[in-house]
Parts: sequence; C-alpha cells; structure tokens
Amino acid sequence: MREILVYAASQGGELTKPALEALGTGRRLAGEAGVPLSAVVLGADTDGPARAAIACGAGKVYAARNPILANFQPDLYLRGLEAAAAASGADVLLFPGDGPGRELAGRLAHRLGAGAVTEVVGYRLDGGVPLWVRPVYGGKAMAVYAPARERVVVALRPKTQDPAVPDPSRQGEVVPLAFEVSEAEAVTRVVEKIQEALSGVRLEDARVVVAGGRGLGGPEPFKDLEELARILGGAVGASRAACDAGWVPPTLQVGQTGAIVAPDLYIAIGISGASQHLAGISGAKTVIAINKDPEAPIFKRANLGIVADYKTVLPALTAELKKLVGA
Amino acid sequence: MVMDSYAEYALEVAIQLKEKHPGTEVTALCVGDKPADEVLRRALALTADQAVRVWDAGWADLDAPAVAHVLAAAIRKLGGADLVLVGRQGSDVERGLVGPMLAEELGAACTTLVARVEVQGDRLRLRREADGGFAVVESRLPAVLSITNDETNVPRLPKVKDLMMATRKPIQVLGPADLDLDPARLAPGVELRDLYIPTQEGACEIIEGDDGPSRAAALAQRLRELKVL
Repeated sequence: MREILVYAASQGGELTKPALEALGTGRRLAGEAGVPLSAVVLGADTDGPARAAIACGAGKVYAARNPILANFQPDLYLRGLEAAAAASGADVLLFPGDGPGRELAGRLAHRLGAGAVTEVVGYRLDGGVPLWVRPVYGGKAMAVYAPARERVVVALRPKTQDPAVPDPSRQGEVVPLAFEVSEAEAVTRVVEKIQEALSGVRLEDARVVVAGGRGLGGPEPFKDLEELARILGGAVGASRAACDAGWVPPTLQVGQTGAIVAPDLYIAIGISGASQHLAGISGAKTVIAINKDPEAPIFKRANLGIVADYKTVLPALTAELKKLVGA
Repeated sequence: MVMDSYAEYALEVAIQLKEKHPGTEVTALCVGDKPADEVLRRALALTADQAVRVWDAGWADLDAPAVAHVLAAAIRKLGGADLVLVGRQGSDVERGLVGPMLAEELGAACTTLVARVEVQGDRLRLRREADGGFAVVESRLPAVLSITNDETNVPRLPKVKDLMMATRKPIQVLGPADLDLDPARLAPGVELRDLYIPTQEGACEIIEGDDGPSRAAALAQRLRELKVL
C-alpha cells in the first residue's frame, strides 16, 4: 500500500457522519501501515471541509472547488473524484458507505479499472496489504477480500467505524485540483426534495428505537409504538415486512437496506429478526425482543426477551417504562 | 433457484411500466447457469416478453465489475435498452455495485435507490431514497436504475394461465462467443481470501411471568438494574 485517499463528503460545509467514520478508519489504517493519509473534498466552497479533513488527520487534502459542485450530483462529483485519484496516485480509496458514497465508489472503481468492495466493517493487515472484511449472506457469514488489481475502492458500512476525532492543531497541505467539468455532463438532476414529516427524533440518531414487524398485524398498533417511543424520547422503526405491507412508510425501515441504527436501546415488537433486519441493528447496545414465537431468530440477538403476544405486554410495559423514566 | 428479492421489485416496476405504456417490451436478463432458467421462467410468468440467460462454464466466480461487463455486452447484443432496472443490491452478498458499474459500461444515466419510476416522454421522473426522505430526480434516457422496495412495487404473484404459458416460451442462451467481451474486464477486482461464521453474542435472558403485566413489570425492573434507561 502506497497511500490512502478518503472521500471526505460534506453537506452545508461540514463533513458528513459517514465521512468522519471513513476518515477515522483511514487514519488508523494509515498509522498502522505507515502510509500517508489524504482526503478529497468537493464543493462550491471547500475551505471548511478541507480544514476539517486536516483536523481529522489527512496530511494532504485535494480540493475540487467549483460553483457547479454546490449540491451533490453524481456525474459532476465523479469528475472531481477522478481528478483527485489521478493527482494522488493512492492505491486505497475509502468511501463513506451511505447511498451516494456507494454509487460513487462503484462508478469510480469502474473508471479507474479498480477492484471494489462495499459494506466493509473492518480490515486486517497482511504483510502491509489491507484485507477487507464484510458481512455476506445477511450477516450470517463474514468474507475477507484481498485486492486483485493495483487499486481498490472500499465503501465502509455506516455506523460500524469509530469516527475520527478532530484535532484543530493538526497541520496539512491543501492541493487545489485543476479539472474540467461542465453542467452539460449532468444527465440527472434533483428537481425536488421531500423531507418526511418528522414528529420527534430522527430514526438514525435516536437513542431509543421502538420497532414493529409483521407480528403487529396491521398499521393501527404502530400508534401504540409511537406512544412508547414518545415516552422514551425515541423513534419508531419497522421491519421490511411492515413497510412492504404499507402499514408504515419505507423511511421507517430498519435493516440492511433501510436505516442502520445504533441506539442504546432497541425494542423489537413482533419482529422475527431476519438476518437482513439484524444487520441493521448490529450496533444496538441493548435489544429487547417481544415475540410470541420462542424460535424467532430475534431472540438470538436480543439481550432481554419476552415470549408472549405483544398485545398482552405492551400496555403494561408502556405504563411501567413511563414510571421508570419519570415521564 | 429463486429470483433475488430486489430483482423481484425491479421486475415489478418493469411490468407496471409495460402495462402503463403499451408497446414497451420487457426482457428478463441474468448471468447464471442452467438452474437460473427457473428464475427466468418466473419472469416470463410475470409477463416479461422475453428471457435471456448469459453463461460460460468459467464464470462461476465473476465479481461485480465482471458481471456488469457481461450484462452490458449482452444488452448491446440484444439491440440496447432505453431503461435497465436492477435490484438495489443482491440479497446474498449485497454488493450494490452492479447497477452503477453497468451504467458506466453502457454510458447511461445512473440513479440508485429508486422507489418509483414515471416515464414522461424521453425523460424519467424518479423518486429516490434520500437522507430522511426522498428526492425527485429527473433523468435522461437511456438510464440504469437500481430499484429499492416501496409500497408501490411489492411483487405480484403470477396468474396460473401465465405460469402455464411461461413453460412454453423459449429462453435464449448467450455465451462468450456471442458477445464482445474484454478479457481484462472479466478479471477479478478483489479475491475472496477467507469466509467465516461470526461468533454469536451472549444468550438472551428470557423474562418470565404469569401474565403480560407481570412480565412487563419484571422487564422494567431488569432495565432499572441494568441502568439501560
């Protein structure tokens, strides 16, 4: 390994959480392997993100600054990333593994003729070469990949990496990138953004998540889950089955392909615990499962469980927890 | 062999577009060996117009860039497509790379995590998952979209009549000789070094009780002891 380049994605002038996680892993790996850590920042104004990336340990920051990069647009952002990859010569490119990061990682890997791994949760060093560890088959197994081409693009699964801790006293160099990019290259454009009406806490940031699944049998019981979530200052989540049934909007979906959550407390009600769902709660500290099927896989992940029809438990539990938190 | 669940959502979107825009032809395409015919039969039963399987005995371990390269070559061989729909990721190894890489291969517009698709003349209007909500994205054609599950694309079940019809429809098989492939693009990008089963965490403590309320009280007591809340 020669050099690690991290895509330090930013929003509103600040590095995103997944970008801080990528920088955290990049810094650890660079330190262990004794190679330089660089970052690339993109935007209309890159000063803030560049300073932040240096504070997070990047020795060199490639800045692709252009007014047309003010908002995320993959076709245009790719041009900046290509320029940074060419300027740095890094052989390991680390990407935040959120939606935009994964798309950019795949497309950039193709343009560079590089290998690509997504959903990476860790690495092992093998004679100075990082091997990439990622869950496969819905988390039932872990696979370890070695690079087979000169360069590799790695997208890290969000919420699995310790974020970088910024230290403003760190020094670094900002390298402006000269690259051609024109608005005409953008073949898609965002015409509207719709934020889901949020009552209360954002699912991804919630310290407590109360989630319901197929076992609830319909949309109505989610009102009771909302009540419990409100009392605990948390958010409501759902399994894919509940979202597919149309009981709740898909934005509430927790799991491999929905929200990845890492709350202090996750209460799974009527959720069987498919491996894809469990993959989304791997960072949860305490998991409570309430399910009438004692064989449900959720009990393998849960710390505390109640084997019962949730209807017999939920009203009393809500009252008890209300007392407990003094609400 | 069964269809990957995200591919099922993508197929459902394709079938809905065909129903809405008569004259649209849906082709089900996969890279796979003979048992994958079952998957394509299902697609035909769900009223896909034709089914194409691409395969070579040496392709058992193709990774995402290679799969994208083979799919692109097959799409070109079939005369191209205005719209290519893929699942947002495979359910088994979850790479999520084939869609974006296929778009690069074809020089097509790319949008990932698409929940809803509307065709408006020569443009697409897409609803894409975004942080904390959705974005409405306008895309040029041709385009590659990776499809995510949504309440509007829950896969339907095939009709009995269509299941019968599907058994009589042909499945076209293409191999390397039919395609314009670059061997360098088929070479692996990463190589599997190890595969292991992660160790299971501690056992679950089951809260006992005579009835719901007593279990709820016992659980609250444990949460107090463990200082979880």
